Amino acid sequence: MNALQFTLGIPLLASMLLGLFGQRTWAKTFNVWTAAAGFAASLWLAWGILQNGVLGGEATQFYVDSFNVYLITLTAFVGATSALFSRPYMARERASGRLSDGRMRLYHSSYQGFLFTLQLALSTNNLGVLWVAMEGATLATVLLVSLYRTPGAIEAAWKYFIICGVGIALALFGTVLLYFAAARVIVDPDQALLWSVLARHSSEFDPVVMAIAFVFLLVGYGTKVGLVPMHTWLPDAHSEGPTPMSAVLSGLLLNVALYAVVRVKIITDGALAMHPVAHNPHLPGYLMMGFGLLSFTVAGLFLHRQQDIKRLYSYSSIEHMGLITFAFGLGGPLATFAALLHMTVHSLTKSAIFITVGHASHIAGTQLMANIRGLIRTQPAVGWGLLIGTTAIAGFPPFGVFVSEFLLLIATMKAQPWLTLPLLMGLAVAFAGLFRHLHPIVYGDAPEGQNPVQANMWPVAVQLMLVLWLGLAIPAFLARWFDQATLLISGEGLL
Amino acid sequence: MNEDLNAWLLALVQTGTFVLLAPLFSGWVKRVKCWLQNRRSPSLLQPYRDLWRLFGKETLVSYTASPLFRIAPYIIAGSTLLAAAVVPLLAVNLPTAAIADVIVLAGFFALARFFLALAGMDVGTAFGGMGSSREMTLSALAEPAMLIAVFTLAMVASSTNLSTVINHTLADGMVLRPSFLFALLSLILVAMAETGRIPVDNPATHLELTMIHEAMILEYSGRHLALVEWAAQLKLMIYGVLIANIFFPWGIATHLNGSVLFIAVAAIGIKLLVLGTALALGESMLAKMRLFRVPAFLTLALTLALIGLLSHIILEVN
Amino acid sequence: MLNQLPLYQQAILTLAAMILFSSFALLAQNRVLAMIHVFAWQGLLVALTTTFVAYDSGAHHLYFSAALTVALKVLFIPWLLHRLVRRMGIDREMHEVGHPAMVLMTAAALVIFCYYVAQPIHQLSTSITRNTIAISMAVVVLGLLMLITRNKAVSQVIGFMSLENGLFFAAVAATNGMPMVVELGIAFDVLVAAVIFGVFFFHIRDSIDSLDVAQLNQLAEHDQ
Repeated sequence: MNALQFTLGIPLLASMLLGLFGQRTWAKTFNVWTAAAGFAASLWLAWGILQNGVLGGEATQFYVDSFNVYLITLTAFVGATSALFSRPYMARERASGRLSDGRMRLYHSSYQGFLFTLQLALSTNNLGVLWVAMEGATLATVLLVSLYRTPGAIEAAWKYFIICGVGIALALFGTVLLYFAAARVIVDPDQALLWSVLARHSSEFDPVVMAIAFVFLLVGYGTKVGLVPMHTWLPDAHSEGPTPMSAVLSGLLLNVALYAVVRVKIITDGALAMHPVAHNPHLPGYLMMGFGLLSFTVAGLFLHRQQDIKRLYSYSSIEHMGLITFAFGLGGPLATFAALLHMTVHSLTKSAIFITVGHASHIAGTQLMANIRGLIRTQPAVGWGLLIGTTAIAGFPPFGVFVSEFLLLIATMKAQPWLTLPLLMGLAVAFAGLFRHLHPIVYGDAPEGQNPVQANMWPVAVQLMLVLWLGLAIPAFLARWFDQATLLISGEGLL
Repeated sequence: MNEDLNAWLLALVQTGTFVLLAPLFSGWVKRVKCWLQNRRSPSLLQPYRDLWRLFGKETLVSYTASPLFRIAPYIIAGSTLLAAAVVPLLAVNLPTAAIADVIVLAGFFALARFFLALAGMDVGTAFGGMGSSREMTLSALAEPAMLIAVFTLAMVASSTNLSTVINHTLADGMVLRPSFLFALLSLILVAMAETGRIPVDNPATHLELTMIHEAMILEYSGRHLALVEWAAQLKLMIYGVLIANIFFPWGIATHLNGSVLFIAVAAIGIKLLVLGTALALGESMLAKMRLFRVPAFLTLALTLALIGLLSHIILEVN
Repeated sequence: MLNQLPLYQQAILTLAAMILFSSFALLAQNRVLAMIHVFAWQGLLVALTTTFVAYDSGAHHLYFSAALTVALKVLFIPWLLHRLVRRMGIDREMHEVGHPAMVLMTAAALVIFCYYVAQPIHQLSTSITRNTIAISMAVVVLGLLMLITRNKAVSQVIGFMSLENGLFFAAVAATNGMPMVVELGIAFDVLVAAVIFGVFFFHIRDSIDSLDVAQLNQLAEHDQ
C-alpha cells in the first residue's frame, strides 16, 4: 500500500502547505516538484501493479486494478505537466497584478487538493467515498473558475457550482439506491458499498432498483462528464478559469467522472443480465449510447459557432467524451478497448492543446479567435504545437485518437451498422469546425506588434509524442492493462 | 320498536340541543375574547336576549326587494338546521346518521351560502353586492380544501358517512396519523374562513368596506335578521362539533344508555369549551388579513389538505 | 394497519409528512429570513426522524448522524446564512416566487410522480420506513423545483441545501443510513459547499451589484 499512500498523501500534504505559503515566489516551483513527486509515486504504484496484478483485496477500502492504474498515472502525469505550465503562467499573472496573495494561496492549494480528490476517486473501492471525492473535486475547482472575478468568470463558476452540485446530488441518490439494493444481499453493511464486493454479487441485486439507480448515477455523474443536455456548465467553466485549470478540468475531471459511470455500469450489467428490465438487458448500454451520440452530435455542431478559442476546445472535449460514452455503451471488447484507449489519448492531447492555447492567447493578448492571427509566423513552436494538437484531436492518423476512433467505427459497423453514418458525419462536422477556426489562427497574417513570448513547449511536445507513440505502437504492458480492463467491463478480452 | 323510538327521540333532542346551545357557544367565545382583551364581557345569555329582541321587532323590507329576500332567511335557517340534525353531537348510530354524509353536509352549507349571497345582492345596494361577491370568491377557494380534507377522512374510514368515520376512529384508539393531523389543520383554517372569523372576516366590525358576511345581511331586520344571525351561530357550532367529534371522538355515545349519554354531554361540553377558548385566543392573536391575502391563506389550507391526502396514500396504505 | 404499529413508528410517519410540508412551505416562502428558519425546521425534523429510526432499528450510528445533522443543518448552516444575509443587507428583501399557485400544483404533481417511481423500492423494503422513501425522493425533487423556480442566489442555495436534506433522509429511510465514513464525508462536503456559497454571494454581489442570478446571462450561446 505504500505507493498508494504516497500517491494520495503527497498532493494532500502539498495542498495544506500551499494553503499557508502559496503566495511565496517559491510556491510555484514547489507545486511543480510535488506534482512531479506525485507522478513518481504513481509510476511506482504502476510498477507494483505490473508485478502483482491487483492492489487491495476483496474488502479493502482501496482497490487498484488494471482499469484505474493507468488512469492514476495519467492523472499524475497531466497534473505534473500542467503544473509545469502553470509556473510561468502564474508568475505572469502575479506580476501583472491580476491576482493577489490570497488568490495565489487559493490557487495552489486548490490545485493540489483537486489532484488529491481525483486520485482518491480513482483508487477508492468504496462507492460512497468515490462520491465524496467527486463532490470534493467540484468544490476544489469552483473558486478557481471565478479566480479572475470578472462577471463572466463569476457567472461561469456559479453555473458550474449549481449544475454540478445538482448533478452530484442526483448521483448521491443513485448511490443510496445502489446501497439499498446491495444491502439486501450483502450482510455486512460496511461492505455493501465496496465495488469489488458489489461486482462479485451483482447478479443477486434487484434489477429494477439497479436500473433506477443507474439512471440517477448516469445523469448525476454524466453532468460532470459533460453529457448533453447537462453540459451547459462546461464551456463556461473551461473558458473563464485560468488556463492550467482548463487543462486539468478537460483532461482529468471528465475522465474520472466517466470512470465512475463505467464502474457502476459493470455492476448494473451484472444485475440486469439474469433478469432484464423491460425485456432489455442492455438498458445501461443503450442509455449511454443515447447520451453519447447526442453529446457528440450537438457538440460537433456547436463547434462552428464559437468565437472564444477555449470554448472551441471545450466543445471538442464534450464531443470526445460523448464518443467515449457511446463506445462504452456499445459494449463488446472492440468498442471497450477503443474507449479505454480514447480516454488516455484524449486526456493527453487535450491538456497539451490547452497549454498551447494558453500560450497563444498570451501572444495575441485575447481569447477571441477573431483577434488571434499568424501564430506560426510569430512563434513557430506555438503555431506548430496548436496545429499538430488539433490534427491529433480531430482524429488524423497516425495519432492515437485515429486508432481509437477507427476501432470504434469497426465495432459500430459490427454491432449497430446504421449508427456508423451519424458517427462519420459527426466526425467530419467536428473536423470542419475545428479547422475552419484554426486555419486563420495559425496561418493568417500576424498583426503588428505581436511578439513571441517565453513559452516552454516541452510538456506539449512530450504529450503529443506519447499520443503519436500510442497511435503507432501501444506498449505491451499498457495493452495488457487495456485488455484486462476490457475483460472486466465487457466480459471478454480483445487480445 | 322501543329502541327505534328512543333513537328518533334522541335525534330530535340532539337537534334541539344544537339549536338551543348555539347562541351560548357564541356567547362563550365572546366572553373569552373580552377576558383576553381586559374588557368586561356581556352575560353569557346575551345572544339569547338579542335574538329575543330581534324576533319581537318589526321587519322592514326595502321596496326594491324581491320575494327571494323574504324567503331567504327561512331557507338559510332551514338548511343549517338540517345540517345540525345530521352532525353527531351526542351520539353516533342515530337514525339521522343514515343521511350524515359529509358531501350532503357540504351541500347544505352550500345551499345556505347560495341563498345568503342572493339575498345580499337582492336589494341592489353596493355593500350587499360587495359582500356577496367576496363570500363567493372565498368559498370557491375554501371548498376544494374542505373537500380534499374530507376525502382524506373518507379514505381512511372507507366511507363518507360521518357516523362511520367516527366509529372507525373510535375503534382504532389513540393513533398518530399524519393524514388526520393535516386534515385537522386544514379544516381549522377552512372553518375560520367559512364562519367568517378573524383572520378572514371580523364578525364584530362596523366598517362596511371590511365586511364579508355582515355586508350581506346589512338590509335585514327583525325576525329575518334573527334567523340569519342564529343560522350563523349554528354554523359556527356545527364546525366546532365536527372538528371536535371527528378528530377527538372519545366520549361520544355509541349506544343509547343513560350514563353513556351523560358522559357524552359532558365530553362535548368540555370539547366545545376548549375549542371556543382556542378560537378566541386565535382571534385575539391574529390580525384580520387584507382581502387580497386571503387566497394565500386558503392556498395554505389547500396545501395542508393535499399533504394530508398524499400522506395517507403514500404513508399509511401498506 | 396503522393502529397496530408502536407509537414511535407512527411518529416516524407523521414526521415524514411534516418534512414534506416543510418542503412545500419552503417553496411558498417569500421572505429570506423565513426561508432560512423553515430550512432549519426541516433539518430538525429530519434529525428527529433519524433519531426515531435509530431507536426503532437499533442502528446506533444513526444517533451520531442525527447529531451531525443538527449541528450542521439546524445550527451551523442557518447561522451562516443568517449572518451572510444580514451582512449583505438583504434580510428585509422579498424574494418573490413567480406564479406561486402553479409552483404548488407542480409540486403536488411531482410528489405523486415520485410516489410512482418509488413503488419498486417500496415493494422490496421491509423496514417501517419504506413508506417514507417516496417522501424523501419528493423532498429531493421539490428542492430541485425550488432551485429552478427561483432566481435569487440565496433562495437557490436554500433549495440546494433542502435537496441535500432530502438525500440524507433518503439514505436513512431506505437503508438505515450509509456507512459512517461516507456520512462524515458527505457532511464535510456540505459544510465546505456552504462556506463556498457564502464566499460566492459576495463575489456575485460585487460583480453585478445584486443577487439576481437571472442577470448572470452573458455567457449564453447567442450571437455576441
